[in-house]
Amino acid sequence: MPPKTSASAADPYRKLGAARLLQIHENMVRARLLEERLIKMSKGGDGFFWIGGPGEEAFNTAFGFQVKKGHGVDCDFLHLHYRSSAIVLAMGAKPIDAIRQMRSVAADPYSRGRNFVNHYAIPELNVVPISPTIETQYLTAIGTGIAQARAKTDAVTIVNGGDAGTAEGDFHSCLVWANRAVLPLPILIVVVNNGYGISTACSTQHGEKNISDWAKVFPDMPGKTVDGNDAVASWLALEEAFGYVRKNRRPYLLEARCSRLYGHSSSSGANRIPETDCIADLEDALTSRDLARKPTLLKVWDVESAAIDEAHRRVKQEPFPAGETVWENVFADGLPPSYPTSGGG
Amino acid sequence: MANMAQAIRMALHYGEQNLGVTEIFGEDVGPPLGGVFTATQGLERSWNSPLDERGIVGAALGLAWAGARPVVEIQFVDYIFNAIDLLKLCANGHWASGGRYKAPMVLMTPTGSGIHGAMYHSHSFDSIASKIHGMKVVCPSTPLDAYGLMLSAIKSDDPVLYLKPKALMRAKGAELIPGEPADEKILHEMIDAPLGDRSQWKAKWPTLTDYSVPLGKAKVSHPGEGLTLVTHGRMAPVCLDVARRFAAEGRGSVEVLDLRSLIPYDWEAVKASVRKTGRVVFVNEETEISNFAEHLIRRLVDEMFYELKVRPRLLAGKACPGIGLSPNLEYFTQPQTADVERVAAEALAEAA
Repeated sequence: MPPKTSASAADPYRKLGAARLLQIHENMVRARLLEERLIKMSKGGDGFFWIGGPGEEAFNTAFGFQVKKGHGVDCDFLHLHYRSSAIVLAMGAKPIDAIRQMRSVAADPYSRGRNFVNHYAIPELNVVPISPTIETQYLTAIGTGIAQARAKTDAVTIVNGGDAGTAEGDFHSCLVWANRAVLPLPILIVVVNNGYGISTACSTQHGEKNISDWAKVFPDMPGKTVDGNDAVASWLALEEAFGYVRKNRRPYLLEARCSRLYGHSSSSGANRIPETDCIADLEDALTSRDLARKPTLLKVWDVESAAIDEAHRRVKQEPFPAGETVWENVFADGLPPSYPTSGGG
Repeated sequence: MANMAQAIRMALHYGEQNLGVTEIFGEDVGPPLGGVFTATQGLERSWNSPLDERGIVGAALGLAWAGARPVVEIQFVDYIFNAIDLLKLCANGHWASGGRYKAPMVLMTPTGSGIHGAMYHSHSFDSIASKIHGMKVVCPSTPLDAYGLMLSAIKSDDPVLYLKPKALMRAKGAELIPGEPADEKILHEMIDAPLGDRSQWKAKWPTLTDYSVPLGKAKVSHPGEGLTLVTHGRMAPVCLDVARRFAAEGRGSVEVLDLRSLIPYDWEAVKASVRKTGRVVFVNEETEISNFAEHLIRRLVDEMFYELKVRPRLLAGKACPGIGLSPNLEYFTQPQTADVERVAAEALAEAA
């Protein structure tokens, strides 16, 4: 270990500690390997469309670990978009279930083979159904925010989306509703800015210097932009943001600048793009500080990779849903006997 | 007798007192106005939202996911079009999540024509609503049904789109709501907000009791043997009037089937009535292209072709971009009593 100087003692990596950092690293690796497996499944005919979050592991892992997990208004609600795998993995979701959703097998616990991969719905963790829309989560967040504003709790609502989604009115609706004078809402509003909306550069469509600058419109809502590729900076920014919302019961706007390492989705090829890799950066930071050794970190990749292999093998043996299962869950109280089910003909 | 606005108000009061309704909101829903049709006056849990239809629907869905049973309003159905993908989200969440998330919420909104509302206060939404699968859709035509359908909608674990016929909001019923005082002046003094300063006013609610109209159950509002009129909402009292007149004048025996629920619809009731009469006219305010009743006609043809004595008919709105303000334009565009009489007479007269 290097000698302890005042500079090293102030180092946020050391303040966070090796144990926590290795836990963050492990989840980031797990998320990356999972996403890369999902991409391979998409390309190899073992699933269809892929969309996900490789490149966002640093910010999203720090995010997931700071959630107050559980069910009901006394726990945090999450209104996520489809690049949030590292968040739910940090909260305890299993990679095998994302593989199930990718392959659209009957045992897919999030949608029973009905929705794209990375579209989670986990009531026991207050993860509400993720929609392929890029903006509606900013509106549903208002509702759980109201429920938590009424309750005596420190739990909060968190909503995330991409930079492109902030062009939609729903993002601005969320800001307005969260800042109503009669009932401010405890919502952590997160924008993950990866610089692109599908193929369109954010810089060509958005004149804002920072998306977080929208917070300046509201006198009592802090706004901040953080380097989302930096796991430790992300941790600290999220710690501050969560703390503010929990304590003050008011909204906070946090923008994270992140890489998009495999493009928008399988529709854009899902090939590796030479942008900053947050896992490589974290590994460099850990080894240069002697907080971890390279072989230890490499072993994490091996262990997680083997686990993904095993999960994928298992899922390949699982059955697909029968066509007739589309009639299940149409209504909460079941399908009325005379509901039209023939499709005409 | 209570009018429909008072009936809905009383149902919402019953809901907040007995059925766990903790949030009732929308544009001008709270005090001082209590809704543009006064359907939310005097309620304890009603409040004003930003003028943001998408936000209203999204907030309701979030509340439903958090375990509440919100009732929200889109001020006029004409304003609901910018929230259609939110309606879709409400309707598909249970299915998309494999049954893991329910959305117990009521979205009420005034619908249809009849108040000289021109292009943006006259729209109907029935057909589009019926395409948002996973959402239940109801539309009462009497105050008692309005009360009973609202209680059922609140109790439902599915999202319910509750269409309030604008033109009937001030129409009084022929039946007392359970607990309603018989003297309508007394009811008025109890639950209608005064004009002017209302800041100190509080409603004095009658002791209301539970009365549910099951979702998906139609009602024969006038029995008949020779022709079935299948209708709902604003056109239901028009059809009832025509059926009574035909009976009184010896022009034919007309059965009126008030659907009350569009999704799910009471197919067994439609079949039973048409099986009896062999002649049917579907009457509603929607435009004729892709009209909801066209689906019912297709299903009748599929399942009961040889039981039909004459071709099934549809009397609907004209398929133009809007309802014109000038009365001549509105009356020409939307089915009127004379139109129902004419088409009913033709259906009765056509040789089998």
